[in-house]
This record gives sequence, C-alpha cells and structure tokens, in this order.
Amino acid sequence: MRSVRLFADRLAGRLMLVLTVGSGLIVFVMAAGLYHRSRPILETRPLAELLFSQSWHPLRGEFGFFPFIMGTLWVTGVAVGIAVPLCLLTAVYLSEYAHRHVRAWTSPLIDVLAGIPSVVYGMWGVLFIVPLVKNHVAPFFGASSTGYSVMTGGIVLAVMVFPIIIHVSVEVLRSVPDPVREASLSLGATKWQTVKHVVLRRAMPGIIAAVVLGLSRAFGETMAVLMVAGNVARVPSSVFDPGYPLPALIANNYGEMLSIPLYDSALLLASLVLLLVVLVFNVISRIILMKVERSIQ
Amino acid sequence: MRATRIEEAVFRVLMTISTLAILSALIVILCSVLLKGLPALNLSMITQTPKGGYYLGREGGILNAILGSLYLAGGATVLAIVLSLCVVLYVNVYAHNRSRLAAFTRFSFDVLWGVPSIVYGAFGFTIMVFLGLRTSLLGGIIAVALLILPMMCRAMDEVIRMVPSELYDASYSLGATRLETALTVVVRQALPGILTAVLISFGRGIGDAASVIFTAGFTDSIPYSLLRPAATLPLAIFFQLGTPIPEVQERAYASALILTVIILMICAVSRILTRRYTKHIVK
Repeated sequence: MRSVRLFADRLAGRLMLVLTVGSGLIVFVMAAGLYHRSRPILETRPLAELLFSQSWHPLRGEFGFFPFIMGTLWVTGVAVGIAVPLCLLTAVYLSEYAHRHVRAWTSPLIDVLAGIPSVVYGMWGVLFIVPLVKNHVAPFFGASSTGYSVMTGGIVLAVMVFPIIIHVSVEVLRSVPDPVREASLSLGATKWQTVKHVVLRRAMPGIIAAVVLGLSRAFGETMAVLMVAGNVARVPSSVFDPGYPLPALIANNYGEMLSIPLYDSALLLASLVLLLVVLVFNVISRIILMKVERSIQ
Repeated sequence: MRATRIEEAVFRVLMTISTLAILSALIVILCSVLLKGLPALNLSMITQTPKGGYYLGREGGILNAILGSLYLAGGATVLAIVLSLCVVLYVNVYAHNRSRLAAFTRFSFDVLWGVPSIVYGAFGFTIMVFLGLRTSLLGGIIAVALLILPMMCRAMDEVIRMVPSELYDASYSLGATRLETALTVVVRQALPGILTAVLISFGRGIGDAASVIFTAGFTDSIPYSLLRPAATLPLAIFFQLGTPIPEVQERAYASALILTVIILMICAVSRILTRRYTKHIVK
C-alpha cells in the first residue's frame, strides 16, 4: 500500500515536471514553428527588403511590410498617448483621493470591462467613434477623414487598455504602505506633494509594468483595430489617414493566403515579427523592473 | 505655498475629469451594446441555425455560433485546467518555490501572457498544418487553450502561492505524500481563486476572435465532430457587421448583446462562487 502511494507520488511528479518544462518552452516552440513556416520567403528575399520595402503586391510576389509596421506603430502610439495620462490620473484618484465607496463601486465595473471581447469594442468603434472622428474630431483639426483612421483605431485601443492599466496601477498604488504616507504628511507635505514625491516614486516600477502590459495588449490587438483603422496599405502621414496594422493584415487575409505562392509564408513571417517584438519588449521591461525593484529595497 | 495649493487644485480637477471620462466611456459601451442589441434580439436568433440566405437578411439565427463558442471555450478551458494545475502544483509543491525552474516557468508565462492572440492563431495554424488537420473545432480548441494557458497559470499560481506553509507541514506530518497534499489540501485551500481563474479564462476564450479565425473556421451548422469546422460568436458578429445589408447588421448588434450577456454572467457567477467557497478555507 505504502509503496503504491509513493510510486503514484513519484510518477505524478515526473509527469508534472515534463509538462512544466514543456509549457515553459512553448515560447521557443512558437518562435521555431513560425520561423520554420516563414523560411520559404526568407530564403528568396533579404530580411531588410521585407521589412523596409513599401511595395505590397502579393500577386507580383512583392511583400514589403513597412506600411504595416508603421501602421502598427502609429495606432499604438496614439493609443498610448491617450491612455497613459488618463489612466494614471484616474488610478491616483481612485487609490489616493476617492472615497472607499467609490472605489468599491468602480473596481468591479473596470473588471467587467476588461472581459468585454475585442469584437464588441470594434463594433462600438464603428457605431460611435468612427462618426465622432469623421464629423467632429477631424474637422476640428482642419482635416478631412472618412472616420476609418489611425485616430479612430487609437481611440478604440486606448479604451480597451484602460481597464488593464488602471487595475494594475491601482493595485500597485494601494500596495504602498500607509506609514510611508503618514511620515510624509507629518513632515508638513501636502497630500499632493506626498502623492507626487513619495507614493508615485515608490510605485514607479509597478506603474511602468502596468503601462507595458497595456502597450503590449495594444500592440497585438487585432479585431477591434481591423474593424476601424481603415486598412489601406500605405504609410500614414497623419493621424486622420487610414492605417493597416500588422495584426489586421494577418487576420484579413487568412482566406486567400493558401492560393497565392509565398503568401502564407509572408503572413506567418508577419506573426513571427509580432511575436519577437512583443517578446523583446516584455523581456527588457521585466529586466528593468527587477533592477528598479532592487534599487528601491 | 500658494503655488503648491494651486498645483494640487489643478491636479484634483484633472483627476476627476479623467476618472469621469473613463467611466463614461465604459458606460457608453455597455449602453450602446444594450440599446442597439435589444430591438434586434428575438427568440429565433438563439434557437435556430442560419437558413439559406441568412446573410442576405432572410430567416435564421446564430445557434451554431453560440454552441460552437461554448464547445470551443469549454474544451479549451478543460485542456488548460489540466495543464495549468500540473504546472502550478509542480512549481509550488514539488519544486522549491524559489528554485530556478519556478522562476523560469513564471517568467516564461509572464512573457507568454503578452503574446497577441493573432500569433496564437497563426501558431495554431502551423500546428494544424504539421498534424495534417483542416480548420476544425479541435484546431480552435488547441489555439484557444494555448491562449488562455498563461493567464490561468499565473492566476492559479498567485493563489496557490498564498497557501501557508504550516498547512503543508501539517499534511506531511500526518504522512501524506506530496501528491496527496497537493490534491487534497492545497487545491482545496485555493479553490475560490482557482475557480475565478478558470472562469475568467473561459470568458477570455469565448470572446477571442483572432485566434480562431485561422483555426476553427466558420460553418452554418452546429458542430458535431471535433474534426469539423465550428462557428464562433465573435466571428459571427464580425461577419454580420461586415455585410452591407442593414437587417444583418442589426443581427450583429443582437449577437454582440448575447456575447456580452454571457461574459457578464460569467463575471457574476465567479463572484458568487468565490463567496460561497470561501468558507472552506483555513484562515
């Protein structure tokens, strides 16, 4: 009896070890799998041409990702520019100033909104933000726009990353111990001075993490952006031009990719690029975070 | 002194404005889904599959997509639960909590958590090509399971880490093996957190479109086999919204309402379950 139990214990341990190591390696398997499938196109064309050429004509065999890379950067930039200041102000308000009833009431709302699917955000963008940009925002800046633009994509993305940035930042701000605040207040600092010089400073690594999480969600977000950003394969020259981000390119062409030579390879290369950018981003930010954390302790 | 007071006042106003702006944006989303969806919603939407000419505005419903989404997210969740329980219990019970393997696994899942869902879709597609599968329910389940694995693992890890070491000691001192301790003591203690992790991951799985677009495909019939394509709600919304016919677009609003209601129900259930199971916890 005893030996059976010990055997089960050891067997389960081995099995779980294998599964743990296996799932820890998923990242590498993904990168290797995508690289393997995108090799056909990498063998026929230099990587620099693929990344920096502006000509996207799959039928002629020209695959230049530059317009899509720029589209992604523009849309993500607009989203982060809108979301970060708003979210930080809101997070500071909710954690430092708001009454706890307000906090108790807003936090479930924000959690619910984090769970809303991106297609629903996209639909809301089509119904609400597209006319708003077309009729009000673009004329206000003296530009004309169809409404399906980098600006629209950026606004929708910003709303999508609100919950995640606010949730993480509020948690980080709440984790700053109260005695730290009390020490600052007892030295005669005002509430705002305490927040600015003491609380925000202590919470900085966590806030950077929150922004990075929001940024990486915005970077790879597909469906919502696909529905509102316009999808014209040209480098946008203003925020009211249509853009065509990389994820939208991949999702939009799944149907025809097997009928044109090298097309599937090009799209899987695009997803490999997306994967690598997000990975580099996450790894660097985690390392920065660890260093900042160590310097605070 | 006056300057600091003015600065504080300015920032308080800015903070209030931005909080109100964000909350109103979020409320506007829920209201517009509700207001647009309710008039278009009717019983045949949720009890029928699309009939001929559905996408031109004729009769039918989206039962195929509702069931497809439930099957797909359900299968993916089961797969992800098995995997993440193994990983999390190994890291916390078998391996030393601060070992290299634990740190590597956590880091790896943190990084995976940020990978966009379209990349999981593309990777799922390469797996399917490798296995010789066509677009199918099974392919979708694999892609979505991979997508929700990191968030489920990290969420479970957070709660299982909180299990006090005295509980382990008590269990070991009674002669239980590590496996018995893990399954009967640790899982029991962390059950509320595990349930929340599972439900949130299920919600994420049911709402994601980008990972299933390559892998699960789309069909007008109810899925009856793992190897056949399956329709999903997010894609149904996307396709219906993409048609130029107003009646079909109306149905997209109704479908979005259905999806949102499912997600809201999952949130509510997870809160209720968390409250109910908290009483089994040793504090």
